[in-house]
Amino acid sequence: MYNFSYQKVSSIADAVDAIQKAEDGKFVAGGQTMLPTMKHRLASPSDVIDLGGIDELKGISVDGDTVTIGAMTTHAEVAASSDVQGAIPALANLAGNIGDPAVRNRGTLGGSIANNDPAADYPAAVIGLGATVKTNKREISGDEFFTGMFETALEDDEVITAVLFPKADASAYMKFENPASRYAIVGVFVASSGGAVKVGVTGATACAHRGMRLEEALNGNFTADAVDGVEIPIEKMNSDIHASAEYRAHLVKVMTKRAVEACS
Amino acid sequence: MNVNGESISGEVEDRMLLVEFLREHLRLTGTHVGCDTSQCGACVVHVNGVSVKSCTTLAVQAEGGDVTTIEGLAINGELHPMQQAFKDNHGLQCGFCTPGMVMSAIDIVNRNGSDVDEATVRKELEGNICRCTGYHNIVKAVHAGAKNMGG
Ligand SMILES: Cc1cc2nc3c(=O)[nH]c(=O)nc-3n(C[C@H](O)[C@H](O)[C@H](O)COP(=O)(O)OP(=O)(O)OC[C@H]3O[C@@H](n4cnc5c(N)ncnc54)[C@H](O)[C@@H]3O)c2cc1C
Ligand code: FES
Ligand code: FES
Repeated sequence: MYNFSYQKVSSIADAVDAIQKAEDGKFVAGGQTMLPTMKHRLASPSDVIDLGGIDELKGISVDGDTVTIGAMTTHAEVAASSDVQGAIPALANLAGNIGDPAVRNRGTLGGSIANNDPAADYPAAVIGLGATVKTNKREISGDEFFTGMFETALEDDEVITAVLFPKADASAYMKFENPASRYAIVGVFVASSGGAVKVGVTGATACAHRGMRLEEALNGNFTADAVDGVEIPIEKMNSDIHASAEYRAHLVKVMTKRAVEACS
Repeated sequence: MNVNGESISGEVEDRMLLVEFLREHLRLTGTHVGCDTSQCGACVVHVNGVSVKSCTTLAVQAEGGDVTTIEGLAINGELHPMQQAFKDNHGLQCGFCTPGMVMSAIDIVNRNGSDVDEATVRKELEGNICRCTGYHNIVKAVHAGAKNMGG
């Protein structure tokens, strides 16, 4: 790892100030993606600004139909939260199946979505639940937040402060996981609210996206059978040593069916 | 920071990993490094009571924290119940993965209680890789250790 200058800040304003002054600064949250990337010298920021000391980025609250989770809340905290378990059990379950316990003790919600790994779990929930990403500058809808492989709508000096997840009548997340890392080869988050169905798909393409064709089939017929007739185009599917494009397209349907079944 | 109950201070480069600080500065070489992809778990220590991968944490990030390594478990030469259980149940062969296994195992029991079931133990040992023993005896050891930790 190349050397850098480390700074721990205690407010969002200080974090923004520090990154604006840095030549090539980067925020660090849990470091579970950043540090491996830096160890491999795939990233070499001049300044690393640690968001870990900013209290206002931490914590979970439920207000009416919205669950607000601070960006610096760890996967372990979300998984163990009785508030999340009560309001959106599928979200607690998703968080509890990211990586392994030690990764979950440090990795954060904000870090996961800012990084936008094509195989990350949280993006599927942000899209599937129709969540809103809150930053120090604005609110961004889940559909607009994820823009491409490891790319998001965030500006360089923009800090995610929290994610607002609306409760769903029923929701479930199913992933077909890579047996080594537990990242999703394909993961599907299905949520049904007031008769409207949303489907967030991760792992399949460059970044998480809405499964529009699946939603169309499921709206009005919220059963696993409704998925059978949907055609999943393979052109945009990822293809790698873990799974071919055809296999991923197939998995999208299978995971959707399992998620729909788990909703009922 | 506090390491195994002792207050420690030192000057380090910002880029120094916690595992490097423990091994090279403090000479606590029980914590191992088995990979460079944050996947093997040989480096697991406890920071403020929970398991973390010390190869994926900066030493400066643990500033002011409470760190426990494998060396900090035995009290007056008497093994921690989880260490004893690994010994009794042949939960190790070469021992390379063992410090991380034991630290993770204690974390599992702390979170799930001493009657934790087998499926949970297997699932939560996901982040710890062993090249020789096979997981059967490790899981057995975790169960025995869990019972002993429960009193
Ligand atoms: C062995 C292993 C297995 C894993 N398995 C999975 C898995 O199964 N599923 C999964 O989804 N993930 C998995 N991960 C990734 C893990 O969830 C990471 O914790 C997560 O991707 C990044 O979160 P972090 O808090 O560690 O972020 P960091 O690594 O600290 O940061 C990642 C990026 O986000 C930026 N960032 C962080 N916080 C903010 C913020 N508040 N505002 C703006 N930018 C920010 C940083 O600048 C950086 O670019 C795994 C990781 C490891 C090491
Ligand atoms: S050395 Fe830390 S996970 Fe392998
Ligand atoms: S005992 Fe040798 S690696 Fe586990």
